[in-house]
Amino acid sequence: MNALISTALSGVVLMFVGLFVRNKQHIKFFAIAAVIIAFIANLAQYPSVELGGYVMYGMIEVTKFGVLFNAVALGATLLYFLLSGSEFEKVGEHVADYFALIFFILAGISLAASFSNLLMLFLAIEIMSIPQYILAGADKKNLKSNEASLKYFLMGAFSTGILLMGITLIYGAAGTFNITELGLGAESVHPLALCGIILMVFALSFKVSAVPFHFWTPDVYDGSPTVFTSFMSTVVKAGGFIAFLRMFHTSFAGGTISEHWTLILSIITAATLILGNFSAVFQQSVKRMLAYSSIAQAGFMLFAVIAMNNMGTQGVILYSAAYSIATIGVFAVLMKLKDYTFEGFNGLARKQPLLAVAVTIFLFSLAGIPITAGFFAKYFVLSAAIQHGHLLWLVILAVLCAAISVYYYFRVIIAMYFKQGDPGVENITGGFKAALILAIALVLVLGLFPNLLLCWL
Amino acid sequence: MLTVLLILIPFIAGLIAFGLKGSGPKVLGMISSLATVVIAIGAWGRFGTAPDSLNFVANWIPQLGSQFRVGLDGMGVMLCLLTAIAFLLVFITIYNRNYERSNSFYGLMLLSQAGLMGVFTAFDALQFYIFWELALIPVYFLCSLWGGEKRIAVTFKFFIYTFLGSLLMLVGIIYLYFQTPDHSFSWASFTSMHLNPEDQKWLFWLFFVAFAIKMPVFPFHTWQPDTYEQSPTPVTMILSGVMVKMGLFAVLRWLLPVIPQGAAMWSDVAIVLCIIGIIYASCIAMVQNDLKRLIAYSSIAHIGLMCAAIFANNEQSLQGVMIQMFNHGINIIGLWIIVEIIQQRLGVKNLDQMGGMAQKAPRMAIFLVIISLANIGLPLTNGFIGEFLMFSGLFQYNHWFMAFAGLGIILAAVYTLGMIQKIIFGQGNTLTDTTTDLQPGETLALSLVVIMILVLGVYPKPMLDLVSSTSEVVNKLF
Repeated sequence: MNALISTALSGVVLMFVGLFVRNKQHIKFFAIAAVIIAFIANLAQYPSVELGGYVMYGMIEVTKFGVLFNAVALGATLLYFLLSGSEFEKVGEHVADYFALIFFILAGISLAASFSNLLMLFLAIEIMSIPQYILAGADKKNLKSNEASLKYFLMGAFSTGILLMGITLIYGAAGTFNITELGLGAESVHPLALCGIILMVFALSFKVSAVPFHFWTPDVYDGSPTVFTSFMSTVVKAGGFIAFLRMFHTSFAGGTISEHWTLILSIITAATLILGNFSAVFQQSVKRMLAYSSIAQAGFMLFAVIAMNNMGTQGVILYSAAYSIATIGVFAVLMKLKDYTFEGFNGLARKQPLLAVAVTIFLFSLAGIPITAGFFAKYFVLSAAIQHGHLLWLVILAVLCAAISVYYYFRVIIAMYFKQGDPGVENITGGFKAALILAIALVLVLGLFPNLLLCWL
Repeated sequence: MLTVLLILIPFIAGLIAFGLKGSGPKVLGMISSLATVVIAIGAWGRFGTAPDSLNFVANWIPQLGSQFRVGLDGMGVMLCLLTAIAFLLVFITIYNRNYERSNSFYGLMLLSQAGLMGVFTAFDALQFYIFWELALIPVYFLCSLWGGEKRIAVTFKFFIYTFLGSLLMLVGIIYLYFQTPDHSFSWASFTSMHLNPEDQKWLFWLFFVAFAIKMPVFPFHTWQPDTYEQSPTPVTMILSGVMVKMGLFAVLRWLLPVIPQGAAMWSDVAIVLCIIGIIYASCIAMVQNDLKRLIAYSSIAHIGLMCAAIFANNEQSLQGVMIQMFNHGINIIGLWIIVEIIQQRLGVKNLDQMGGMAQKAPRMAIFLVIISLANIGLPLTNGFIGEFLMFSGLFQYNHWFMAFAGLGIILAAVYTLGMIQKIIFGQGNTLTDTTTDLQPGETLALSLVVIMILVLGVYPKPMLDLVSSTSEVVNKLF
């Protein structure tokens, strides 16, 4: 609740700050301060929800899980501001507006982590999406950015429509919007509810860019200004997963009803893993490779939704943290380079050893190599699927795909360390290096002691 | 505590080495590897008197039931000793070479040693997996940074291959974890649970593929000759001397005792694969002109025999495998040291460009002959006793298997003697006429190898005593 209020307020305030403060550095510091305040305010709520959730008019229920996820999202955003905050001014003039939009997205995410009513789910998804349409088109004079924005908007509006239809059908079957009281699947499943659930699976799969609802992803991620791609493909995507997980675990998990959607979602997961990984192999641009890699990683996170157990819940938190930190880090370094292709990384290790080490560790984490956070993230989601019992085929498939993912992640490492070249690198400030070291430390600490994060759950 | 030191010393030394300059990394590497040898010998002594004091348990991730649990049994002591000695030998041999960016070179070498020590001492499955991966990553960088011309593609293949195997093993480990009654990763709970035979049937393959890739066993061996050829020779020594033993070790520690019925069901298949590998690799080795590839293929044949003997499943063969793990490690490192010397002097690795080196480098020739003969298992060398035990074990299991595997010995004699002939005998050429004999450091390393070969060949009892307890345990659980 605190996170929701503080981020929404910060967003409004930031819009006005843009009118009075001309210095872009100051706006950035203001945004960093605001996100720190939101982070602390969010944690301050932890003691009060530790024993039981805090319910508000049957619309919002703040739980330990929600607070923890907000902490991850806000922490990742803080890291994102520290690493890439100065890139905002390169996109366009309205820096304060961009920061404000990011805070609105955060408000949507904190709502997604704690809704207890279908209406709130709809609002959360919309609050998360609309600022993204604007951010995608922030580079107004760039045709690709415009295309990305329009494409995202059309497809997003379409999927929101589907979500609404799903909600309506479920309301028709259950007679309530409250997700804890839907009571579906206790006896036989109402056909209306079944249709509603399938529509919701589709709509939410769209939001987390699962195959075959992923077609917007590569173009939007590639066309948007890189600094916003970095945020959209990490924190926002994790927010989508939280909504997905919360909806399906609360309402559609018990009884016979889960049998109806698990198979569909398993097939979506398998397709996501295969297509995401195979497409990433063939990319020439690192930015586009990361777009496909985000599809592939979504496949792993879907395991947590399908498995419907405690391991999966922990997994999704850890996965969000590991994936967000690593991807934000790689994007931050990418933005410092002049050339976004794999060749652009050639010889980076000699010129900027710290950047190369950082990217290597982040990519290790994305590939799931031990003592990085990504290893335990993969470990938890795979465990969740194995514990579920009927998903072993999917686990083996995921493992094969993880081996493929090594191929495209390591291409960057090979370029940096084993190839000769003179990459064009922008000025690296001391603050950037410090933030990068902080990110490396987070990846390694979570990779050695994942319980530091999970003990709060 | 000694066991923890075995991991910590190379790990910390490795991290420090990255920051040193000039000859600092060299000296540090030497000190660290000497210290590990001393500690490994100390652990051997302690194993005789108070084996329990070698175990160490600390909390790590209590929610997952995973602990930092290290310990040493006879096999563990032996392999840690092998690892320590192998790195010492490598560091002595290359002491006079100057590698570009030597701080990273030594740092990565020491980190991989720490990973290897971790693998051999882990008694917790998750921790075992983590060390298994950690040993691989420094080697990947070592090969890619200091290797031959085609290094990048070759080591990339090697990495993806082994990574895939490891992930399959991870799936197996997680599955077993959920089957343990107390939800724990410890070796004790893994070996004491009751799995139904249906599960064991497929679980076997998840583990076996991972280990077979590492060893490598036919048909998972395709990464190996290329990688051995392209890697810098010091790394090849570690790969073939110690890292392939990870695969054999893992079968003995984490496959046979944990999935006994699965192993029993598939042992014939596994042995047949190994025997195909022995004969196939030996035949290729016979017609190889490239010295490094020849030794690589001979290594596939030797490992194939060891793996077959493991699945023959009796005490003799298991004992044979365990001491052969040590002896093969020593012998093959000796061979690679000589290859490194030849390559250093001549700059080529094709056998038809060599010849007549006995006249110019007589001491090297003597060492080469002794080590090669040990490698084919001549009596009174260390290779003999292990091979004898393995063959007699295989014979008890199935006469035919033993007969076909025995072909490997004959073929090994053919290609090894052919190799000796082409290198040191015959007519010299312009290239070999300018060769110089061994330098003091090289002589020291090779003398150590030959002393171990002869001592263990004449008096293998201490090694056999060391591993007998482990082979009993494995055999009983199997």
